[in-house]
Amino acid sequence: MASGVKPRVKVPSSASAGDVVTIKTLISHPMESGQRKDGDGNLIPRSIINRFTCDFNGQNVVDVVMAPSISTNPYFEFEATVPEAGEFKFTWYDDDGDVYEEVKPISV
Amino acid sequence: MDFTRRETLAMGGAAVVTALLPLRAFAQADPDAEMVGTPDEFLAGASAGEGDLTLTAPEIAENGNTVPIAFDAPGAVEVRIFALGNPTPGVGTFRFGPLAGSRTASTRIRLAGTQDVQAIAKMEDGSYITAMKTVKVTIGGCGG
Repeated sequence: MASGVKPRVKVPSSASAGDVVTIKTLISHPMESGQRKDGDGNLIPRSIINRFTCDFNGQNVVDVVMAPSISTNPYFEFEATVPEAGEFKFTWYDDDGDVYEEVKPISV
Repeated sequence: MDFTRRETLAMGGAAVVTALLPLRAFAQADPDAEMVGTPDEFLAGASAGEGDLTLTAPEIAENGNTVPIAFDAPGAVEVRIFALGNPTPGVGTFRFGPLAGSRTASTRIRLAGTQDVQAIAKMEDGSYITAMKTVKVTIGGCGG
């Protein structure tokens, strides 16, 4: 696995039912594009997170497919509807097969 | 040399399979192209018109490694972002689920140099709309 991968997510702790909340996510990851060369001129192989999803109580909010053109430490900001109390589940899928997960509860 | 009807059919079938093989192999070898691809692949022959799609990107980006972009596409089911001057133009595909609060998102992307960034949104009725922004990049973001 890529070293030092740490997801950070900002979700309000509470909301009213039916509210739209803004969610910010950041995950530290080098997102090696596969285009760079090392000191000896060899290509550094691609190693990125290729997919990010956010679900609330099992229902999808957003599903993002990422290409190497997404920056280092991929950052996403988007909005979600909160119909009831529950938890947001954030999932990142790494090229090397690793899956990073983060869960944030929200009360209504 | 005479062929029966059955032999002719079998040969025709084999020829079709052989012709399709390289195409399939290519699709598997490059999952990115399949997932985000190019604008033409996404549109698949349809044309994208102007519409209620806002793409926000800086006019000048000093550092191509991290260029903030955002889009707002009310009524879209899927939005794809393309950096037309990058080695692989596909940047990302955003699909919105039933609990999406709006059809907006922002992220940070890499740009190899000064180029056009294009967003294409697929709407609920299956039509496409597009928006384009030119970003001037001072230092490219592909390690060249």
